[in-house]
Amino acid sequence: MKSDGTNSNARTGETILDMRNVCIEGYGEDGWKTIVEPISFQLKRGEVLGLIGESGAGKSTLGLSAMGFSRGGCRIREGEILFDGMDLRKASETKLRDLRGARIAYVAQSAAASFNPAYRLLDQFVEAPVLHGISNARDASDNAVRLYGEMNLPEPETIGFRYPHQVSGGQLQRAMIAMAMSCKPDLIIFDEPTTALDVTTQIQVLIAIRKAIESANAAAIYVTHDLAVVAQMADRIMVLRHGRLVEEGEARSLLAAPKQEYTRQLLNVRTERKDPAQVDREKDMVLRVRDVSARYGKGARVLENVSVDVARGETVAVVGESGSGKSTLARVITGLLPPYEGQVSFQGEELAGGFAERSKQDLRQLQMIYQMPDVALNPRQRIFEILGRPLGFYLGMEKGRRRERIGELLREVELPENYAERFPYELSGGEKQRICIARALAAEPRLIICDEVTSALDQLVSEDILKLLNRLQKTLGLSYLFITHDLATVKAVADRIVVMLQGRVVEQGEKDEMLKPPHHEYTELLLSSVPEMDPDWLDRVTTERTASGHLG
Amino acid sequence: MIRLFVMVGERLLFGAITLLAVSIIIASSVDLLPGDVATAILGQAATPETVAALRKQLGLDLPFYQRYWEWLWDFLRGDMGVSLTNERPVAPQVGERFANTLLLAALAAAIAVPLSLALGILAAIYRGGWFDKLISSSTLAAISMPEFLVGYIVIAIFAVELGWFPSISTLRHDISFLERIYVMLLPCITLALVVMAHMMRLTRAAIINLLASPYIEMARLKGVGTARLIVYHALPNALSPIITVIVLNLAYLIVGVVVVEVVFVYPGLGQLLVDSVSARNLPVVQASCLIFAGTYVTLNLLADIFSSLANPRLRHPR
Repeated sequence: MKSDGTNSNARTGETILDMRNVCIEGYGEDGWKTIVEPISFQLKRGEVLGLIGESGAGKSTLGLSAMGFSRGGCRIREGEILFDGMDLRKASETKLRDLRGARIAYVAQSAAASFNPAYRLLDQFVEAPVLHGISNARDASDNAVRLYGEMNLPEPETIGFRYPHQVSGGQLQRAMIAMAMSCKPDLIIFDEPTTALDVTTQIQVLIAIRKAIESANAAAIYVTHDLAVVAQMADRIMVLRHGRLVEEGEARSLLAAPKQEYTRQLLNVRTERKDPAQVDREKDMVLRVRDVSARYGKGARVLENVSVDVARGETVAVVGESGSGKSTLARVITGLLPPYEGQVSFQGEELAGGFAERSKQDLRQLQMIYQMPDVALNPRQRIFEILGRPLGFYLGMEKGRRRERIGELLREVELPENYAERFPYELSGGEKQRICIARALAAEPRLIICDEVTSALDQLVSEDILKLLNRLQKTLGLSYLFITHDLATVKAVADRIVVMLQGRVVEQGEKDEMLKPPHHEYTELLLSSVPEMDPDWLDRVTTERTASGHLG
Repeated sequence: MIRLFVMVGERLLFGAITLLAVSIIIASSVDLLPGDVATAILGQAATPETVAALRKQLGLDLPFYQRYWEWLWDFLRGDMGVSLTNERPVAPQVGERFANTLLLAALAAAIAVPLSLALGILAAIYRGGWFDKLISSSTLAAISMPEFLVGYIVIAIFAVELGWFPSISTLRHDISFLERIYVMLLPCITLALVVMAHMMRLTRAAIINLLASPYIEMARLKGVGTARLIVYHALPNALSPIITVIVLNLAYLIVGVVVVEVVFVYPGLGQLLVDSVSARNLPVVQASCLIFAGTYVTLNLLADIFSSLANPRLRHPR
C-alpha cells in the first residue's frame, strides 16, 4: 500500500502476477481486431497498480485478463499470464474456477447490477468460501459480519440479511468489496468501483478499499478513468490509450512529471475556467423560480420551497448528490412536472405549470440537453432530420433554408457540415452531445437547461464540450441552468452555484463567494469530497474527518 | 403487496365483465347459425308444424334478448338450465366432462412441465452444442405441426405400428384408475408434445437472456460452474416469464384440447362442446364456453400473481 510506506511488503513482497506480452483481441464487423496491444507488467503482494485511460482504452479488458477471463466477443490471443507461477492461459477451466473468487477476486463497477437480485447479501458472500471449500457457511457468515464492520457498514450483524435492492448504492459497493475479501484473495481486481457513486459516498468506498487491500496484504489492480482517484490508490500507474501503453511509472513521479503529452492532458483537465459574466441581476432576469414545491403523484415532496434565478448570459449551476431533487427542478421548469406550489416565470411572465398549456414561444425559448446523448437522439433519423425538426416546428422554416441553417448549426458546434447525412450511431459520444447542443440551438432559445451533460463522457471530451458551451454563451448571450453532481464541472462553467440537499436549497451565491470559506456545512462536505491529484489528499481528508467525527 | 391485492381485485372485476361479454357473443352467434335445436332434433321428420310446436315447447319462439335474459338470470342464481336435446340438467353433464378434461390436462402437464423445464435448462447449459441444436430443431418442428397431425402420428406409431396403446380413449365407468391412465396416455403424449415446445424454448431463452447480466459475470468470476450458474443464479431471475408461459400453456391444455379430444374420441368437455354446437344446444354450449373462458381468465390472473411474486423487490419491500 502506498499511503504511508509502513507496509514494507509493497517493495519486498513476492511477485504474485506476471503478465508477459499479453495481447487481447475483440470480434467486430471486420473480424478479429487487436484491442489491447502486447503489454507486460508484474505485480507484487501489497502493491496496487492503477490502470488509467478513457473509455475504449482496454483497461477493463486488461484487468479481467489477469483472471484468465475475457468477456464474450474477446479472446486473449497471446502472451503468458503467470499467477503465482501458473500460466492462466494454459490452465483448464476447472483450475481457473478454483482460482476465481478464492485467490483472485473481482469488484465490479456497479454493485447494484452485480449482486444477484434474488439472494440476500449474506448468501452471496458465503457462496465463494463454501464453494471453494475454504470454510463452512457458519464461519463464512461470522467472517462476513466482521468484514461488514470493517467496511463501516451500518448494522453489520443484520445487513447481510437484506436483499440488494434494500441497500443504498454506496453501501452495496462496500458490501461487494467485503464479498471480494471473503476468501482472503491474493489479488483483487477493482473495475471502476466508485464511478457510479456520489463524491461523498466515493470517499467512504475509497477508504474501504484501502483497508481491504491492507488487511489482506493482497496485490490489486485498480481500473479507473479518474486520475485523481488513482492518485490516491495506486503505487504504480499505467496510462493506456486505444489499447496501447502510453506510459507507466511510480505513481508520485508520474503525477509530478508526466513524460507523455497525453498523460499531461489527462492531468490538466478541469482547468477550464469561465470568465465571469457581466450581468445585471436587477433588470435582466430570464428565469425566476419562486418557492416551488413539487411531488410525484401523491407521494412525499421531492422539492421544498426552491427559489432560483437565472439572469441573461449567466450560468447557474445546481449541485447535489443523486436524489437531491436537481433533476426534478429541471422537470418543473420545463413543465414536465407541474409544481405543487410556487411559480416559474420566464422573462417576467409567469409560465403555465404543464408544458401542454405553454405557448410555442415559451417552449422554443427554453431548451434542454440531456445526460445520455446516445438515447436522446432518435437512432433512425439522420442528423439533418434531427436538426431540421425544431427549425420547421418552432420557426416554420422551409426546406431550402433549413439545409443552410443546419450547415451553420453544425459549424457552430464545430462539426463538419457533411455530418448532416449521418446517423447518430456513426458519431462518437462527444459528437452526439454536440448534435444535442445544435438541436437545442436550432430553436434559438434564451435558456438551456443542461442536465448532467458531461457525466457520460470521457474527461478530455467533456472538457471540450464545456469549452464549447462557454463560447456559445458568450457569442449568443445564452443563459444556462447547469445541473451536475461534479464540482469540477461547476468550477469550469458556473457564475453562480446553488447547492441542493434532499429537495431543498441549502446555500446559493456567486461562484467565487461560494468556493471561498466559510461554507455551509454540507457545501463544505461536498467540496472537500472531490478527489484532488495530490496523492496525499485521501489521507488528509480521512484524518480531518476522523478528527471531526464526519466519517461513516 | 397492497398493490397486488388491488391488482387482483381489478382483474377479477374485468374477468367478470369478460365472461359476461363472452356469454353474449356465444348466445348471439349460436342464434345466427342457420337452423336451431328444433330442426336438429327433428331432422328428416321436420315439417313446419312440428318445428313450430317444438320451438314453442322449448321456448325458442321468444325473442333473442328475452331468452338471453332468462338464461342469464338463471345462471346468476346458479342454475345452468336444462339440455335442450335430452332434457337433463346441464350442470352434472358438463361437470363430469370437465372433470375428464381436467384429468387429461393435469396428466399432460405432469409430463410436459418438468420435462420442458429440464430440457430448457439443459439446452441453456449446453447452448450451441449438439444437444441444444437437437432440442431446438425438434421443438420447432413440434410447434409447426397442427395438433391433430401430431395426434395421428402418435396413433400411427404407438397404436398401429407398435400396438402398445389403444387408439381410442373411450372411458368406461367400470375401469380402474390405472387402466384409465393407460387409455389416456396417447392423447396425453400428443398434448405434451404440443405444449412442451413453447415452454422449453422460453425457459431456454429466458435463461440465456440473463447470461449477459453483470451479476452472472460476477458469479462466474467467483468461480461458480456452469450448471450452478444457470440453475442457482439465472433461473430464479428468469422465473417470471417462465411462470407466465407455463400457466398460459396450462390454460391451453384445458381450453385447447378440443381437437385432440375429437381425434382420440375422449369424453371431455371439448368433445361435448363440439357435439352441442352441431345440435345448437345453447345451454350446454354456454356452460362449456363459460367454463373455458373462466379457466382462461383465472389462469391468466394466476400467471400475473405468480410472476409478480417471483420478483424479490415485491416480496421484500424496502
